[in-house]
Amino acid sequence: MTGVAVHLNGLRRTFGTVHALDNLDLSIEPGEFVALLGPSGCGKTTALRVLAGLEDADSGQVLVGGKDVTSQPANRRDMGMVFQAYSLFPHLTAQANVSFGLSLRGRSKSSARAKEMLELVGIAQFADRYPHQLSGGQQQRVALARALAIEPSVLLLDEPLSALDAKVRVQLRDEIRRIQTEVGTTTLFVTHDQEEALAVADRVGVMRSGKLEQLAAPADIYLTPATPFVAEFVGLSNRLPGRVVGQEVEVLGTLLPLLAPASPAAVTALVRPESVQVTPETDGNGRVLTTSFLGPISKVTVTVGDVLVVAQVATDRLGSLTPGTPVRVTLQPVPVALA
Amino acid sequence: MAGVTARRARKQRAFRWTVLIVLGVFFVLPLIAMVEFSTRDPSTWPALVDWPELSERYPALAEGITSSLSQAALTALLMLVLLVPTAVWVRLRLPQLRRVVEFLCLLPLTIPAIVLVVGLAPVYAWVTYFFGGSSLTLVFAYTVLVLPYAYRAIDAGLSAIDVKTLAEAARSLGAGWGTVMWRVVLPNIRSAVLSAAFLTVALVLGEFTIASLLNRTNLQVAINFLGKSSATMSVAVSLTALLLAFVLLLLLSLLGGRRKSTPTPFKEPAA
Repeated sequence: MTGVAVHLNGLRRTFGTVHALDNLDLSIEPGEFVALLGPSGCGKTTALRVLAGLEDADSGQVLVGGKDVTSQPANRRDMGMVFQAYSLFPHLTAQANVSFGLSLRGRSKSSARAKEMLELVGIAQFADRYPHQLSGGQQQRVALARALAIEPSVLLLDEPLSALDAKVRVQLRDEIRRIQTEVGTTTLFVTHDQEEALAVADRVGVMRSGKLEQLAAPADIYLTPATPFVAEFVGLSNRLPGRVVGQEVEVLGTLLPLLAPASPAAVTALVRPESVQVTPETDGNGRVLTTSFLGPISKVTVTVGDVLVVAQVATDRLGSLTPGTPVRVTLQPVPVALA
Repeated sequence: MAGVTARRARKQRAFRWTVLIVLGVFFVLPLIAMVEFSTRDPSTWPALVDWPELSERYPALAEGITSSLSQAALTALLMLVLLVPTAVWVRLRLPQLRRVVEFLCLLPLTIPAIVLVVGLAPVYAWVTYFFGGSSLTLVFAYTVLVLPYAYRAIDAGLSAIDVKTLAEAARSLGAGWGTVMWRVVLPNIRSAVLSAAFLTVALVLGEFTIASLLNRTNLQVAINFLGKSSATMSVAVSLTALLLAFVLLLLLSLLGGRRKSTPTPFKEPAA
């Protein structure tokens, strides 16, 4: 089965004085996996709930597969939704939960289909357990099976992993991507975890104050952020003082290309820790302040004059970078954004 | 050391038994007295279990019993029909009204029945005009009277589940509001609904003031009336009503106990 296209056109929604959605436009290709990412209160969940029909927009249009569903109630929209947590019906077994939507549609083979779905999410052996007998991760798998069982035109995932342990979260995240690729349902995934969004989505939409700041492939979001907000929100950045010189910006004595042209002035450049190189050198321009071990990659904080710079280094180099070591700090000439 | 502990345990045990016996005597003695008194006339109990004879010898009592039973059943039904959808709707759509609704539902508890009757009398002039003077019309007043207990029970049941998420999940799966109520909300608050119904039944079976002052018949009014002519029968019926209420409350606490014993979630095995 192939997915359908989804278009959100000019959605507006206010709660009191807060603009949860401020003229939001979003287009999702058939079968595409789009993640909406943003700080809490940016409107990403409201966008998903408006698409689901659980929330009304003040104005704007929701198109699913070319049909205008704006005024349709949630139960007629044909969407599968996975919630943050506690959404399984407590009085039904895993299998009965999955069959619920099927039985509403009067499917005769609902139990066979439910079994098949539980197999797809890898917990067929727990079909007869009740939700309270399942772990958080297992419950979310059942919720996913339940949402997919009705063969929805769109799959909606509302922070489905946020209540889980770190390890289970990564496991289930990859599983969701695998299953989505397998069934090919158009999917909208809302999360505040950028790693999650970058890891699973075909395209990531970064939202702020009810608007889409940028909608692009994960690598593009990370490497060529469209706005300073995206550059700062996604990944870590050093805020370093610089000076615009023509098409470039001079930071710590290195000329770096600019992502967007700017007029010559003193500016703050956003430089990723992985493009900062630190090498021990007796008459270098900096000094190691602190180091922290983070597994295979570690973090080194260096002072250059009165500027603090954070760099990422391979952990095996940490031995030569003890606090107090004089070092030379150089920047890789990758394009940077300005704050 | 061991002697001290043993002595203390013995003391505690003695204390416990004393309390139990004193309380037992306090509660059981009147019941025993009732049994003793009601068996002085040997024809009392056989008459009570023989419905045709009862309704022939004490027509007012028989009418009281049927009235009270039907009042209890109808009140429970009306209360559930009104209260469950309201409580669910308030939780889903009007959470800011929760305090107001709770306050309104608790009001009957703070107003003495006698005051309630003063207010109800003119209302019942209209009720009589529209529905006639049947004692079943007391159901309206009783529904108001049981609100504090029933609302508390149902609200507690709804607090134990995430109604909003469950309703939204069901809606997204294609369920209309009727299906949400019937197949998702009700099965999950079953014990709360049962306890609300039991409390209603117990309360209605014991109600006297309103029925008496509004000139309607129910069990208690009939017992009171009977007390003037056949004392043993009235005591026998009182005892039966008391035991019935006791059994209902016992069932209620059993149900409440079962709800609490849900197992804790499993821990996910690593990797």
